[in-house]
Amino acid sequence: MTIKQERNLPQRAGFLNGVIVPEQPGKNAIEVRGVRKVFGTGEAQVAALDTVSVSIRENEFFTLLGPSGCGKTTLLRLIAGFDFPSAGEILLYGEDIAPLPPFKRPVNTVFQSYALFPHMTVADNIGFGLEMLGKPKAEIKARVAQMLKLVKMEALAGRRTSQISGGQQQRVALARALAPQPKVLLLDEPLSALDYKLRKEMQIELKRLQHETGITFIFVTHDQEEALTMSDRIAVMSAGKILQVGSPRDIYDRPAERFVADFIGETNFLKGTVVSKKSGVATVKLASDATVAAGFPDNFDPTGAVTVVVRPEHADLIADASKGTVAGTLANVVYFGTDTHYHVKLDGGDNFIVRHQNSRSGAVTFEPGAKVGIVFEDDGARILKD
Amino acid sequence: MALSQAALFEAKAEKASARRNRLLSLPALIVIGIFGVLPLLIILVYSFLQAAPYGGVQWKFSTDAYLNFLFQQDIFDDTLQFTPDFLIIYLRSFLFAVVTTIVCLLLGFPTAYFMATRTPAQRNWWVLLITIPFWSNLLVRTLAIMFIIRDEGLINNLLMGLGVIEKPITMLYTNFAIQLGLLYSFLPFMILPLYASLEKLDFRLVEAANDLYATRRQVLWRVIIPLSLPGIIAGCLLVFIPALGAYVTPLILGGGIHLMIGDLIAQQFGSGRNWPLGCAQALILMAAVLVALYFYVRNTSGKIQHG
Repeated sequence: MTIKQERNLPQRAGFLNGVIVPEQPGKNAIEVRGVRKVFGTGEAQVAALDTVSVSIRENEFFTLLGPSGCGKTTLLRLIAGFDFPSAGEILLYGEDIAPLPPFKRPVNTVFQSYALFPHMTVADNIGFGLEMLGKPKAEIKARVAQMLKLVKMEALAGRRTSQISGGQQQRVALARALAPQPKVLLLDEPLSALDYKLRKEMQIELKRLQHETGITFIFVTHDQEEALTMSDRIAVMSAGKILQVGSPRDIYDRPAERFVADFIGETNFLKGTVVSKKSGVATVKLASDATVAAGFPDNFDPTGAVTVVVRPEHADLIADASKGTVAGTLANVVYFGTDTHYHVKLDGGDNFIVRHQNSRSGAVTFEPGAKVGIVFEDDGARILKD
Repeated sequence: MALSQAALFEAKAEKASARRNRLLSLPALIVIGIFGVLPLLIILVYSFLQAAPYGGVQWKFSTDAYLNFLFQQDIFDDTLQFTPDFLIIYLRSFLFAVVTTIVCLLLGFPTAYFMATRTPAQRNWWVLLITIPFWSNLLVRTLAIMFIIRDEGLINNLLMGLGVIEKPITMLYTNFAIQLGLLYSFLPFMILPLYASLEKLDFRLVEAANDLYATRRQVLWRVIIPLSLPGIIAGCLLVFIPALGAYVTPLILGGGIHLMIGDLIAQQFGSGRNWPLGCAQALILMAAVLVALYFYVRNTSGKIQHG
């Protein structure tokens, strides 16, 4: 059964003894340098990736986030080796792996469809990678047992993959990809086929696995909530480009571009004109003649007509319209259980949503039609590149 | 109460639908009964009768037909002598059929794989191309092969024209000609079931195996072949059984010198004027195929483990 084969795969960081041994802290596991990927030829050419560069640190839970067609899966497939870049380099611990076929890369993938082998048992699926690496039978057996325990599937080792549920298949796919101890684990929207509750469970499970194994995870998703809750760092992608790389907090609180702010969470957009600016804060005159102080990113110099963004939870309603930064008429109140959304028609014509967290005490009630004022938290308003 | 009534109703409905399904298969069963089972019974009965001098049968019980398969009666003293002539023809036919099956599989698998990995629109064109031979008669196509491989045929003329050979290579009326004809006629019957099987293959599994350090060869043996086993089995059966009983191809390309089972049986009903022997030969072939099938299916079906 075993086809004996010696492969010169780089040594991996050991994790199965329960000790996480990072090879060198702060090192880059993956470096993508100026990678372009063009599909098709001639007139029909489409650039799926437009000169992307990004560094992914060792032991990091890194997420590629973006709408469908943004190039995130293409980038993942280039790292896995299923496609080859039209230009650029992909370094794995300093070594260019871009020209290598997938079976020569110490990188494993968890597929969106799981892609479990239907003619093999759960245990055979998990052991497949090790078998292909030509590991001794005893070692494979021991590792498979460890993996089954890691994903809590010991009882189903002998089952066929068609005889287990979607959530269980997901676990087997994870175990199969982790068993050969890859340097980097690639996850292509692995949770998208699961129902809401199971997805929540697996999000926590994935974080646990990443922590226990100490393997660098590169996770692809279009679900911003998933990205925010699980990632150490996120790269937001759109139309084949990476727009911003940062921690979930960075991305949410200080989006670099309008697309990022719009894609992640809800945002209010207000049109205005820059009146004056000093040291990272500009004074902007809005359509309603009100002025607000708004911060802006370092690499950007706002002038003339700009858009000011305010997160719904970075603003508050007050009854006295004259004391608000901006003022308007309350159009609608939507109750969400944990919080309430107030839809306000601003005097300047823009729509504005304020999110207020509900609590038992001190509930302020506003009736639709009332004149209200809106105040922004410190640093709540920001100017973004369109 | 209500529940048990519902269960009762369900059981009734299930029964009715089973009855309807049986009714649907009735026309086919009638055709198979009249034109398949009944002739088989006639053959069985005839094989135990005596041959009439000018063809046909005499209604007297006899096992001569089966004895004559392996033995020949001496004209003078009526003793039985072992004559393996028929047996040799049978074994040769099996060899032809086995070689045809193996070569068709070796040629057909890469072809089917190529077809299955095209875009859906292209695949339809390839299937159409594979089925083009079916548009014309097998006899005509076999005669065409004759024109290509005969001494003054296309191949010999070309080779002699190029100066590669001086004398024509004799290919027609040889075992080679029969083998070539069989391969040509049965290749589509291998490709189509293989294609049907490979077309359903989830090629993401190939990527997954590649990702898990399987080389191209390992992917083939560990993923693609196990998953296309139903197609391989179907293709082998569809080639082996008809190849074993082939009649037109060996008759034309073998020139009646190199017989196969089909020609042998046909001979008994024609110039041989021994209908019972022909019937016995047909039944022996059938029995041999059934035994071979039994072992083949038992060996391979164990390896098909997925739904």
